[in-house]
Amino acid sequence: MRPISYTRAGTLEAAVKAFTAAGADARYLAGGTTLYDLMKLGVERPAHLIDLTGIAGLNIIETDGDVLRFGALALMGDVAYTPAVHEGYPVLSESLLKAASQQLRNMATVGGNLLQRTRCMYFRNGAGSTSTVGVYPCNRRQPGSGCAAIGGLDRGHAVLGASDACTAVSPGDWPVALMAMDATIELFGPGGARSIPIAEFYRLPSDTPHLQFNVDPAELITAITVPKTPGRASTYHKIRDRESFAFALASAAVAVEMDGATVRTARIALGGVATVPWRAQPAEDMVRGKTLTPELALEAGRAAFRGARPGQHNAFKMDLGARVIADALMIAAERRS
Amino acid sequence: MTSRNPGDTQHSGVTRRTVLGTGAGVAAATILPLQPDAQAQQLPAPIETGTTIRVSMSVNGQAVSLDIDSRASLLDLLRERLGFTGTKKGCDHGQCGACTIHLDGRPVVSCLTLAAKASGREVTTIEGLASGETLHPMQTAFIDHDALQCGYCTPGQIMSAVACVHQGQATNRDSIREFMSGNICRCGAYAGIVAAIEDVAANSREG
Ligand SMILES: Cc1cc2nc3c(=O)[nH]c(=O)nc-3n(C[C@H](O)[C@H](O)[C@H](O)COP(=O)(O)OP(=O)(O)OC[C@H]3O[C@@H](n4cnc5c(N)ncnc54)[C@H](O)[C@@H]3O)c2cc1C
Ligand code: FES
Ligand code: FES
Repeated sequence: MRPISYTRAGTLEAAVKAFTAAGADARYLAGGTTLYDLMKLGVERPAHLIDLTGIAGLNIIETDGDVLRFGALALMGDVAYTPAVHEGYPVLSESLLKAASQQLRNMATVGGNLLQRTRCMYFRNGAGSTSTVGVYPCNRRQPGSGCAAIGGLDRGHAVLGASDACTAVSPGDWPVALMAMDATIELFGPGGARSIPIAEFYRLPSDTPHLQFNVDPAELITAITVPKTPGRASTYHKIRDRESFAFALASAAVAVEMDGATVRTARIALGGVATVPWRAQPAEDMVRGKTLTPELALEAGRAAFRGARPGQHNAFKMDLGARVIADALMIAAERRS
Repeated sequence: MTSRNPGDTQHSGVTRRTVLGTGAGVAAATILPLQPDAQAQQLPAPIETGTTIRVSMSVNGQAVSLDIDSRASLLDLLRERLGFTGTKKGCDHGQCGACTIHLDGRPVVSCLTLAAKASGREVTTIEGLASGETLHPMQTAFIDHDALQCGYCTPGQIMSAVACVHQGQATNRDSIREFMSGNICRCGAYAGIVAAIEDVAANSREG
């Protein structure tokens, strides 16, 4: 690990100023559960850390206004157990509670969560982990070096949104739930404040997989807002290799509005199977205006994977993913009052 | 207590982690095969001189203030500089829970907590649970229920277990198991661990 300077910023302006003064080797630090982990692996090699957690007011959780508003530094555990979220928006709460462990949720922030990096083991095979295996190529870690996952150990990799340069899965659960709920990300940077819909936040790998986010490095996430569309009939359904404390093999965030047994609208996003949090429009179209049955739900699940491109070891994700959507639709619909 | 620099422990030759592979995803049990081109193998990065910063915090009720390497983890600070070796290092990547401590009363993994971040805060380790010679009820319950074999994961298990009862999550076995899923036990002492927590919760021995 390189030597680092550590600064605690007291205000947004001070943080941005410290970042621009420090230059390319600076990183913002929130909980550190992604950044410090990757520093130990030699994947991230910053020289300057600007800790944001001392900035007052950046961890607020507001549920009384027109929208739900989560400060970027709010802890995953605190957002998940906020009563209005826990009871009113199961999809949001479950996506947080089914992520990581209680210890990590006491450290990790909902803003940092949006910027977590893939768990692809070739990506994580940085200089800090070389002694026995050597460094494998990875276009995301080292642009232009190649992708060892393509034709390699790709059981955990994406079947949707991959390119010839990268098939790494987007690992987060919370961003998938936010995608289904049409969240907005608020940013603050050298050029002032702006906000973008979460649908425009993530970049497909195409031939530049090292560029993952449509955010300037000097920009801070300040908050996440979620429109108060009906959220009670929703779920985050996550299937893992073990029952708890594991990343998704396939997951679905689903929120429905029903007229009796008929689906008025369904919002569906997928995790664990795609290179970015994946909105499954074809599945939504298939159930809209129809009577929901397990058969229709599975058909919708299958529609989401039309056009999927499996690798060597991950074709099972197409069937698993379709079934996860189907089950999630039935669970969400069951919760209508 | 040793004067070893906690920031230096990251690249000291072959570690458990390098033997295990890459510290890949929690669920990804696959280990990368050896790189066919042996030439590609790099030597561990040289130990670099760190930047020193001053931190002050309370550890088990005692104020401490010292200069540390800015890269140090709270885990290495506790073990290597302050001598609190009850807190264990398993994976060093947030995946096993052996290093669980309480920061301002909440469980965190100290391996992924930058020590600098703990400045001005209250740290409680396994050494801080007992009052004098009297064990904490959760420590007693772990003994009563044989909730350990080798004992390596136990300090972390107990720190999480105390929080499980405190936070009202010890209402049933499923809830206990879910809450405790961030603490892995290589020996598989899970049945005893769950029983110990149930016992403390049921007998409202203060968790
Ligand atoms: C063992 C383990 C298991 C995990 N399991 C899961 C899981 O099952 N599901 C899941 O979704 N996640 C999981 N995670 C990932 C975890 O949720 C993320 O690491 C965490 O949410 C990141 O938040 P942080 O505050 O710690 O971010 P940091 O590590 O501090 O930052 C992450 C990145 O975001 C940048 N950053 C942070 N905050 C801001 C901001 N406000 N503005 C601009 N940039 C910022 C940093 O510079 C850094 O690049 C797991 C992590 C570990 C270690
Ligand atoms: S040492 Fe394994 S979680 Fe910290
Ligand atoms: S008792 Fe040996 S690891 Fe848990």
